Amino acid sequence: MLKDALAAAVVAALLALPLLGFRLADSQQGLSLDYRFAWVGYAAAAVFIGRLGMAFAAAAFSRVFQRKRQTLLPLAGRPSRNRKIVGWLLVAAALLLPLAPFADRNLIDKATLLLIYVMLGWGLNIVVGLAGLLDLGYVAFYAVGAYSYALLSQTFGLSFWLCLPFAGALAACFGILLGFPVLRLRGDYLAIVTLGFGEIVRVVLLNWESLTNGPNGISGIQRPSFFGLPFLAAAPGRTTFHEFFGLPFSPGQRIIFLYYVILVLALATNLFTLRIRRLPIGRAWEALREDETACRSLGINPTRTKLSAFALGAMFAGFAGSFFATRQGFISPESFTFIESAIILAIVVLGGMGSQIGIVLAAILLVGLPEWFRDLQQYRMLAFGGAMVLIMLWRPRGLLASREPTIRLAADALEAAPQTAGEAAR
Amino acid sequence: MDYFIQQLINGVTLGAIYGLIAIGYTMVYGIIGMINFAHGDIYMIGAFISLVGFLLMGVLGISYLPLALFTVLLLSMLLTAVYGWAVERIAYRPLRGSFKLAPLISAIGMSIVLENYVQVAQGARVKPLPPIVHGGFELSAANADYHVTLSYLQVVIVLVTVGLMAGFTYVITRTPLGRAQRATEQDMTMASLLGVNVDRVVSTTFVLGAALAAVAGLMVTLYYGVIDFYIGFIAGMKAFTAAVLGGIGSLPGAMLGGLLIGLIEAFWSAYFSIEYKDVAVFSILVLVLIFRPTGLLGRPEIEKV
Repeated sequence: MLKDALAAAVVAALLALPLLGFRLADSQQGLSLDYRFAWVGYAAAAVFIGRLGMAFAAAAFSRVFQRKRQTLLPLAGRPSRNRKIVGWLLVAAALLLPLAPFADRNLIDKATLLLIYVMLGWGLNIVVGLAGLLDLGYVAFYAVGAYSYALLSQTFGLSFWLCLPFAGALAACFGILLGFPVLRLRGDYLAIVTLGFGEIVRVVLLNWESLTNGPNGISGIQRPSFFGLPFLAAAPGRTTFHEFFGLPFSPGQRIIFLYYVILVLALATNLFTLRIRRLPIGRAWEALREDETACRSLGINPTRTKLSAFALGAMFAGFAGSFFATRQGFISPESFTFIESAIILAIVVLGGMGSQIGIVLAAILLVGLPEWFRDLQQYRMLAFGGAMVLIMLWRPRGLLASREPTIRLAADALEAAPQTAGEAAR
Repeated sequence: MDYFIQQLINGVTLGAIYGLIAIGYTMVYGIIGMINFAHGDIYMIGAFISLVGFLLMGVLGISYLPLALFTVLLLSMLLTAVYGWAVERIAYRPLRGSFKLAPLISAIGMSIVLENYVQVAQGARVKPLPPIVHGGFELSAANADYHVTLSYLQVVIVLVTVGLMAGFTYVITRTPLGRAQRATEQDMTMASLLGVNVDRVVSTTFVLGAALAAVAGLMVTLYYGVIDFYIGFIAGMKAFTAAVLGGIGSLPGAMLGGLLIGLIEAFWSAYFSIEYKDVAVFSILVLVLIFRPTGLLGRPEIEKV
């Protein structure tokens, strides 16, 4: 045990020596070296103690740990009904959140951001969780949605609600565009092509200055209105939201309105997924995920199935993108980097592929929690990456992993089977 | 014509660097079937360690260039290899044989960790290094309008790469270690039944891949003279593209793919637009995959039902 901890400490010291032990400092002649070997010592000591502590803890609680390992999260054990209850509770909580006494502007704003990620997670779940197509460039569709709303509203002065379907349709077209070349690819080849696609979209947005204003982005994007009533202190020639309802003006009204818009959009995504899983196309997706060869032999058209998954997943990203644009009022290619795709994919996988509530939990864990620690800046991302690794080590199949079949044989059919077998034996 | 030759030289140099990184991807993929997303960041760490090494050489007063280069090369390969080993041990080994996407997410997490670790430890600003290797050959006639130069550094880069790849091919095809590795690649369970220590083989793969990435990092530090904590992402992505282009799992494929990607990038930047060079690289990847879904030198995947 001691030997193991010592070895770990030596490795830690070796790891820390070049990058923690020396610091590249700017000086007049370019770069110079600062020394801080104490840090190497701290790192080694921390690893030594941590490793030893882990070994002791494992030895002391081995029995407890073993038992714990077998019981899953309370939700995971008995799926269906419990999850349904939790789902409804979450929806109720989300609906009532703005009315809660502790809900200030900041909280609603963060909840809105969280819901964007939940919606993106649900959208990507169609592609990755249901159809089993690994997509590392999902953020491209999000970008397409955001830019199409921004450009449509700036060029033609169209309102948010008019642009929303356009943005979704355009993103879906891009989904098909990506889908065509990758139809024949599998697994990791698919992953790299989608990753490349995401980068291509970002690079084009960055360099097509005449259309997208390049790295400076598009600012002054129109805010959404409440059925034509703008959220402004005063609008010449138009009735504003607070005047119409006779309320005192407060900027918080728009925040709350935006919150409800994304809540409705996200719930629509969820409802869509839940329903489409029961349609033939949804079942075809899940079948395709499990075994493509079997699907082909059973006459499922893989081309159409895959393309529809790409298109529908992209469509929801497009909706989320336009919402993002209208909420921020400003977009630039900066917001659509690979790391966003990675976060969304991590949400889907950590949630336990295909589990809708799991995605909410994972989004809270990955996006919600770090938002509270924004002040820590660089350390925040460090902890974020670390958490991704640790959660995967702890639960490789995601938080809510039990994947239950969408369709079962009817219960009586199952019970009937052994009887007939018994009768046959008699 | 002279311009063309110059771009050819630049492209081959770039391709050598990509090829070195691509080998790490392709080996890991071949042996455990996962995309090692953190490999680009291992290369970045190699570049930082080399930079520290060069400054250290200055402090220690070692000014004989070949000695300094060789020492830094060894140091960087060694210490980066420790990083490669540690990443595998911490983030991938516990997940081996588990659900397919788990190691991928873990690797993305590890990549974020490494990037931000370097950012926190060394600061976010770009790190410049004044050129160390000067001079080169003039290849064109004295009165030509465009001068083609082949710098000593480019020669060193290509020679070291060719040397390493030759050595590497020897290790894989002729030594017991290479045999164990190929056996593990074909069938992990069977290899372990026949007495191959699979854990050790996988660790060695990561160590070798990281050492090669460290060489690439050192060369980039010398070649471009600036590095920052973010170089790993884009280089890693291109190297992975190179590995896929050449046929993932195949060593000569990785080298060929690296070379092609380097050439495409150099020529596209020279003759079309430098902004869209990444778009060109990925478009060509897509085109190749449409017509040859297993890459240029990849074996077709046999599907058993």
